[in-house]
Amino acid sequence: MEKFTKVTGVAAPMPLVNIDTDMIIPKQFLKTIARTGLGKNLFDEMRYTLDGAEIPGFVLNQPAYRHAEIIVAGENFGCGSSREHAPWALLDFGIRCVISTSFADIFFNNCFKNGILPIALPKEAVDVLMEDARKGANARITVDLEGQTVTTSDGQSFAFDVDQFKKHCLLNGLDDIGLTLEKAKSIDSYEAKAELQRPWV
Amino acid sequence: MSAPRTLYDKIWDDHVVDQSEDGTCLLYIDRHLVHEVTSPQAFEGLRMTHRKVRAPEKTIAVPDHNVPTTAGRDTHIDNEESRIQVEALDKNAKDFGVVYYPVSDVRQGIVHIVGPEQGWTLPGMTVVCGDSHTATHGAFGALAHGIGTSEVEHVLATQTLIQKKSKNMKVEITGSLRPGVTAKDITLSVIGATGTAGGTGHVIEYCGQAIRELSMEGRMTVCNMAIEGGARAGLIAPDEKTFAYVMGRPHAPKGATWEAALAYWKTLFTDDGAHFDKVVTLRGEDIAPVVTWGTSPEDVLPITGVVPAAEDFHGGKVEAAQRSLDYMGLKPGTKLTDIKIDTVFIGSCTNGRIEDLRAAAAVLKGKHIAPGVRAMVVPGSGLVRAQAEEEGLAQIFIDAGMEWRLAGCSMCLAMNPDQLSPGERCAATSNRNFEGRQGRGGRTHLLSPAMAAAAAITGHLTDVREMMGEDA
Repeated sequence: MEKFTKVTGVAAPMPLVNIDTDMIIPKQFLKTIARTGLGKNLFDEMRYTLDGAEIPGFVLNQPAYRHAEIIVAGENFGCGSSREHAPWALLDFGIRCVISTSFADIFFNNCFKNGILPIALPKEAVDVLMEDARKGANARITVDLEGQTVTTSDGQSFAFDVDQFKKHCLLNGLDDIGLTLEKAKSIDSYEAKAELQRPWV
Repeated sequence: MSAPRTLYDKIWDDHVVDQSEDGTCLLYIDRHLVHEVTSPQAFEGLRMTHRKVRAPEKTIAVPDHNVPTTAGRDTHIDNEESRIQVEALDKNAKDFGVVYYPVSDVRQGIVHIVGPEQGWTLPGMTVVCGDSHTATHGAFGALAHGIGTSEVEHVLATQTLIQKKSKNMKVEITGSLRPGVTAKDITLSVIGATGTAGGTGHVIEYCGQAIRELSMEGRMTVCNMAIEGGARAGLIAPDEKTFAYVMGRPHAPKGATWEAALAYWKTLFTDDGAHFDKVVTLRGEDIAPVVTWGTSPEDVLPITGVVPAAEDFHGGKVEAAQRSLDYMGLKPGTKLTDIKIDTVFIGSCTNGRIEDLRAAAAVLKGKHIAPGVRAMVVPGSGLVRAQAEEEGLAQIFIDAGMEWRLAGCSMCLAMNPDQLSPGERCAATSNRNFEGRQGRGGRTHLLSPAMAAAAAITGHLTDVREMMGEDA
């Protein structure tokens, strides 16, 4: 997994609430057996017409946001399907951070497994960042995971909370499975105990 | 004496392998269900790191999302990408030695229907799957939730998940449901009341008389859509109905082990005085047959209602509601019963069980669907299909002019050929009405199987109670 330390980049404003993972990556693109290559289909049905032409009004089609690295979104971002193809598509497009007032649980977890930082902030802060994002390519937002701050282009800074274990993994690009396998003995002893207590499992 | 605990607390406590100082836990997973869409990258990850599946006997795989629901699919799938995914699961199941129900097996079906049907899902277990509707299994008093593909790989390799505990939320449905009102109406009404983020960060325990009065099938329908309410999982404490459903299933315990299991299962309830962080109560008598009008599962109204206007909402929902109305091609003020439909879909992990088909058949018996309407019934598993044929339900559907299909996820998410065309309007018993969910530009109204059957007959959204007579 790619490390996440600090990102300074253009932020795309997507104020719509309840952006679901079907919107982020529609089902016809879930047939892949790879993790990469989904960026071109990110937000596919909002981004392209039926015949594949770009819809000019869609934010990521606008010149200022074609290389956005951050999304500032409306509440409950990533709701719906558990598909990890959603963060894979975001990452493949180049998005490293999503900021919203709230996220759906599974999407939130999936982001951390893929080097994407989801940040939940109070509405007042998200409103300020949304306005900043609307300024386009000249307004670059800085996200500093080590310091746990988001800073607007004009220097206004907001502190954010992050789970310390998840932070550690992101900062170091750590593989969860490797970490868990270090606890294999605990798993062995749990299984031995459970086998006695609940042999039907 | 220890502090009173919720059902969720109890199951959680019994599965903690390791706990860090910050509260991050390693949680043991009793059952891992796998399907073809969210697993290929996980198995590939194992291959690349030379890792094995730690507990193949606790890992159950079945293809469901991509499979066509028409004859001949066990020998050939036309869509190349779908075929590759199903073949990849065939190969992964074989290479890694996990339990597998291939397309050709009569037990094949939607993973969340197969698990309970085969007795893999038992009370007090932890159950995960790379699919958000894993919440379904919570109906047995199992802690069950969806995970992403990285977590699928993690569970395959370690049989554990890294988790932090969620909060406890209680959803109580008091009293009894009125005639014509079903489990689907309960679960949609709860989401309508709390919103799609109402349960975020929580595990919901559904309780109350109306929940107790539901069959296991109905309870699965309720828990299935816990995720649409934003919750990590939905739970219902096991009772005699649960035990009766489980007993005798192929992978349920037998003999002395059954007795031991039963004794343990009977301890799985929320203690008096246990703390809930959030409580929502609805009166069963107040719940009407409902439908969704928009593109979020929270856009729920009683069938007697009218299409709302964007201005009826506030905050960010105004823009979302307007977008929904535009997408759905609906005018504010239109009576919901005046909305004409093109298609009816009965099936999915929400409503593809035998009881759902019985409810639809009861409405359809001796009737025919409206001219021009396309209606599809997709049983949730091969065994549900066989049972429906034995009970004569299949013939009722066929006589009514409906298509009687093979088992799979089908038009719930339209990854197989069962899709809506742009602008096509569908009354669906599935779980999501998102934009494009059932096919790009397709318009979905979520409702119960009985309501879907009623809509099929009239060609428009219909209050099923009007078809049932006064005292039905």
